[in-house]
Amino acid sequence: MTTDVAIAPAAPVPAPTVLRQHQWLQTLRAALRLSRTKIGLAIVTVMVLIALIGPLVSPHTPTEFVGAPNAGPSSQALFGTDTLGRDVFSRFLHGGLSVFGLALAATAVGVVLGVFIGLTAAYAGGAVDEVLMRTADVFLAFPQIVFALLLVSALGPKVWLIIVTVGITHAPRVARVMRGAALQVVERDFVKAAEAVGEKRTRILFTELLPNVSSPLMVEIGLRLTYSIGLVAGISFLGLGLQPPHADWGLMINENRLDLTIQPWSVLLPVLAIALLTVGTNLVTDGIARAAIGIDRE
Amino acid sequence: MGKFLIRRTLLGLLTLFLVSVVVFVATQALPGNAARAILGRDATPQRLAALTEQLHLNRSVFDQYTHWLSGILTGNLGTSAATQEPVSQLLSGRILDSAFLVLVAAVIAIPLSIGFGVWMAMRRDKAVDVVGSTISLIFAALPEFVIGIILALVFATQVFHVLPAVSLIPPGDHAWQHPNVVILPAATLILAVTPYISRIMRGSMIEVLESDYVTMARLKGLPERTVIWRHAVPNAIVPAIQVSALQLAWMAGGVVVVEFVFSYPGVGAALVDAVGNRDVPTVQALVLIIAAVYVVLNVLADLATIMVTPRLRTAGQ
Repeated sequence: MTTDVAIAPAAPVPAPTVLRQHQWLQTLRAALRLSRTKIGLAIVTVMVLIALIGPLVSPHTPTEFVGAPNAGPSSQALFGTDTLGRDVFSRFLHGGLSVFGLALAATAVGVVLGVFIGLTAAYAGGAVDEVLMRTADVFLAFPQIVFALLLVSALGPKVWLIIVTVGITHAPRVARVMRGAALQVVERDFVKAAEAVGEKRTRILFTELLPNVSSPLMVEIGLRLTYSIGLVAGISFLGLGLQPPHADWGLMINENRLDLTIQPWSVLLPVLAIALLTVGTNLVTDGIARAAIGIDRE
Repeated sequence: MGKFLIRRTLLGLLTLFLVSVVVFVATQALPGNAARAILGRDATPQRLAALTEQLHLNRSVFDQYTHWLSGILTGNLGTSAATQEPVSQLLSGRILDSAFLVLVAAVIAIPLSIGFGVWMAMRRDKAVDVVGSTISLIFAALPEFVIGIILALVFATQVFHVLPAVSLIPPGDHAWQHPNVVILPAATLILAVTPYISRIMRGSMIEVLESDYVTMARLKGLPERTVIWRHAVPNAIVPAIQVSALQLAWMAGGVVVVEFVFSYPGVGAALVDAVGNRDVPTVQALVLIIAAVYVVLNVLADLATIMVTPRLRTAGQ
């Protein structure tokens, strides 16, 4: 073990336990010793492999008609056909990439925006802090899915819009956490020292503050990724995200849900995939969260 | 405390006002013609002109906003662009059905998850606790539509055929007249919020069980049941009440997807329809209603925290 001392969390936001060097690396190492992190990572890896390799090995293209609509499993179609007669298994293999891509992009938008707003608010303080956080409160007044639908109703279902709108709904939530974590760091000596030698404020933000809040940041990334997967797939499930004939797990559920009684596979496969994926990312996140606040038992 | 109450309420009102601005800007003031967005590419000039008139799009943005807001404040939510009926008439029944669904879910979920949290805390690190914590972790991760569809598969279409997969309610009737259509949507909401409340309750309870006064109560020879329910739980419940109010607020948004899964005729399913039809007046009204409920419940969450925390209740006196 290194010299870092685990401090019991006084606040919901994990206090930075290590100063400067590689806080995130140590947290990650501690997290990897927990079996929930390992199990989560294994699940996520399998799902990523399905999403990446799936399109290369799928027996049919996702849009060709291979049989009668809603046919049961056969040698032609391993899990039967969907509501239009396309191969369920091939559409499943093609359908993960968009869920992953959109969720990762939305998480990136939300976390980058949120970190920037949160750290700026904590570091600047005063009026800047007040304005930024009150603005965040206004956006926090919308449930995430409702805000997303509001923008879709105005601009129509577009891929970039899903990324931006989900990202925007994450930003105030990330900002709140990062501000809370950074407030415990801004008064530390090394920040004052950097100010005294006249370092640029943006530089201080990213080289002094950010490394010291990297543990809560990792927890946020994991949490927002889990929620992004649900939101991105959910918007497509509502029929307001990716549009037919795209193969996407969320859209597949939307297209086939009315035939649940006759052909459950076309709904069950994408539902299980999304379930495993979110459970996997959440297990990893929980492992990181535990490591960040210094819990090393299961 | 009175001061805080007034301050928090005023802040809530200010937030609501700003929310109305965001809703309006997003739907009506963004570049692009809202009338064309509603009617689509092949709208005739006559229909375009009529809708422009109806939505007052030919006036200044500020005029449009004040007209819209004063309408809402006087109970006039506008006219649906899809059905040409007044939005308030379209939604009044649905609001009641959604409120009933959320109420049923909350009344079951909150006591259930608090009890569950206490139970896990009392068996800390034993099998029950480990299994319970793992299950919470799984359900906290699952998107609500995934939970809903799995419930539909198990209880309606594949395994047991005991409940309806689609919540059909005859026009004019309300959900409480057909309780079996409420079961699966309510169960979905319950499964979605229970892990959050029970996890907080468990953590808070573990802390209290380790405290001196619980040890003291035990040493006095009080029965374990009295120690738990009279001494420990009342002291551990504050964070659980707070998170319960937040989860209730979450349900205001959660109903959107859950109602769509079961075609439950509430505001959530109405919002999905309205967005699909680009029915701007209905979307505006619904988003505003949902956001208002969300803001009010968040204010109540803060107030509840103050009420049940003696230290905060007397602060400033």
